[in-house]
Amino acid sequence: MTGHEHAHGAPSAPTPDAGSSALRLTVTLALFGALAGAVLAYTYQKTLPPIRKFAGERVEIAVKEVLGAPAKLDTLYLVGGKLSKAPPAGVDPLEAVKVFIGSNAQGEQTGAAVEEAAPGFSSDVHLMVGFNPSTSALTGFKVLAQTETPGLGDKIVKDSSFAKQFPGKLANPLKGDKNPTTDPSTVQTITGATITSKAVIKVINKAVETWKPRLDAYAKGGGQ
Amino acid sequence: MISNLAWIFFSTLLINNFTLAMFLGLCPFFGVTSKVDTGWRLGAANTFVLVITSISAWALNTYVLTSAPYLRTIAFIVVIASMVQIVEMIIKKTLPTLFRELGIYLPLITTNCAILGLALFQTTRKYNLVEGIFFAFGAGLGLTLALSLMASIRERMDVADVPVVAKRMGLVMVIASCLSMAFMGFAGMGSG
Amino acid sequence: MTTDTVVAADAAEPIVPGAPPPGPLWLDFWRGIAQDNPVMIQMLGLCPSMAVSNSLANGIGMSAAVIFVLVMSSVLVSSLRKVIPNEVRLASYILIIATFVTISDLVMQAYFPLLSNTLGPFVPLIVVNCIILGRAEAFAGKVKPLRAAVDALGMGVGFTVALCSIAAFREVVGNGTLLGYHLFGLNYEPWVFMIMPPGGFLTMGLGFLFMGWWGERKKAKLAEVTA
Repeated sequence: MTGHEHAHGAPSAPTPDAGSSALRLTVTLALFGALAGAVLAYTYQKTLPPIRKFAGERVEIAVKEVLGAPAKLDTLYLVGGKLSKAPPAGVDPLEAVKVFIGSNAQGEQTGAAVEEAAPGFSSDVHLMVGFNPSTSALTGFKVLAQTETPGLGDKIVKDSSFAKQFPGKLANPLKGDKNPTTDPSTVQTITGATITSKAVIKVINKAVETWKPRLDAYAKGGGQ
Repeated sequence: MISNLAWIFFSTLLINNFTLAMFLGLCPFFGVTSKVDTGWRLGAANTFVLVITSISAWALNTYVLTSAPYLRTIAFIVVIASMVQIVEMIIKKTLPTLFRELGIYLPLITTNCAILGLALFQTTRKYNLVEGIFFAFGAGLGLTLALSLMASIRERMDVADVPVVAKRMGLVMVIASCLSMAFMGFAGMGSG
Repeated sequence: MTTDTVVAADAAEPIVPGAPPPGPLWLDFWRGIAQDNPVMIQMLGLCPSMAVSNSLANGIGMSAAVIFVLVMSSVLVSSLRKVIPNEVRLASYILIIATFVTISDLVMQAYFPLLSNTLGPFVPLIVVNCIILGRAEAFAGKVKPLRAAVDALGMGVGFTVALCSIAAFREVVGNGTLLGYHLFGLNYEPWVFMIMPPGGFLTMGLGFLFMGWWGERKKAKLAEVTA
């Protein structure tokens, strides 16, 4: 990365002005920077709508899946420790901490869905957890992100029989067992992926423990 | 909170080692590891730059980039390049022997994917200032560990009977594969 | 380092020190794939090669982004080579490259969101991919835009060939699939090791071992001929 010598009679070799002043360098770089900024700002404006749309859709699909396609979906945001219908001021609704409430055609609450995460075997396991706030019964879960061991830990995504156990189980708290079980608060962990399975259980318990009190308080307060 | 920080530090150092599991910082890993001394010294220099980068990235993310997130890549790379320049000047003044030893490799830290990678991962995971610093320390020490291990193995290999086809890169890659496999054993450390 | 042989038809194109001698354009293109393959010969751009090579789809996506950034920045650097002052050469190059990387990252996030999710932060990391800066410094900043574009395209294709070979190998052996299609039936237990980090190193190692063997064979043949 050193400067090269200009060969004699090489007319197209670049020759900077004799003694490029610091001013000229600064101006050139500033100009480039401004141009780059303008181009990027334009690109950003054009790509922002599709990006936001996909992010919102992804969450919505996950919520609908864990709540069993409810007739109606509402969103409640966490503002100052309590739940409210409006997002906190100055926070992007996509980024705000929130819970999704599903209701059936009669207007009764069927479940709540939240995002939660906990460390697994070799990565953080992110789930969308659906549960009934009054009974702590699970309606399902969906894995949003994980990089566990391929072929073993990632069975929480690939093995549908694992996920099928969860709807109806009680998270008071949920437990894991190596052997098949009929206990309403216990699920069977995946052979060879105990730690990842336990991470899923941990996330579910964390979600229910954190959000059940908040939802109970909101219900008691009569809603705003 | 403490356990969270400890988890971040140890998982970055061992389980998700920047070099052996996340494939960052490979240029020095393959280029500068013929001697153990150079290896760990470069690792130390990298750690220093990583910590400073982590703090700068956090500051940029929190105060500057909220209104223009598309400038993130440019802003990060500019900050990293400047930091490396400053670190180079400091090392030149305070530790001239080290400066002479590291030579050309110091400016190459700028293009080290690990530095920019750290800033980007930190942004995606939304670490705060303290978490970011622990992350940077874990990453830097992980780099140093990987560099030192590779260098010490290569020093031994220098006097071993290596088949000609495996000389240099072939052998180094296979050694890296073994090291990476060994580090996989750390997975699951924090749980159970 | 460069020889002074000038092809008669290109006598008008002057010889620039540090850059390959002027010749037919297809040679500029082919050089990036064969003699100076950025991954296998120059050993640049190893980080993304191994990180995103666990599936062929990822490899193709990354290669497309790299080709875009490589060609666009080489053309721009070459067009501006007489305008950029020498002292801020590298800074300007990095600025140009970073701009194109951000553009490709934004476009990927908007129109290929699943790919963008999987590739993660490795798309912005293209900016420190030594291939691009190296090419801008060694070649694009010294020659005319057309040559720079062809060379960039060659290097990009060379990178694609290397990356996609590794990715295809790792996906077939490590997952039993190619581009998502199961090749060996659903009950096949693949060699999962191959799509994990050590498998990446091992595959590259096999590639380099092959290159070593190839090189030794050429040397032996040469020795036979001259002996």
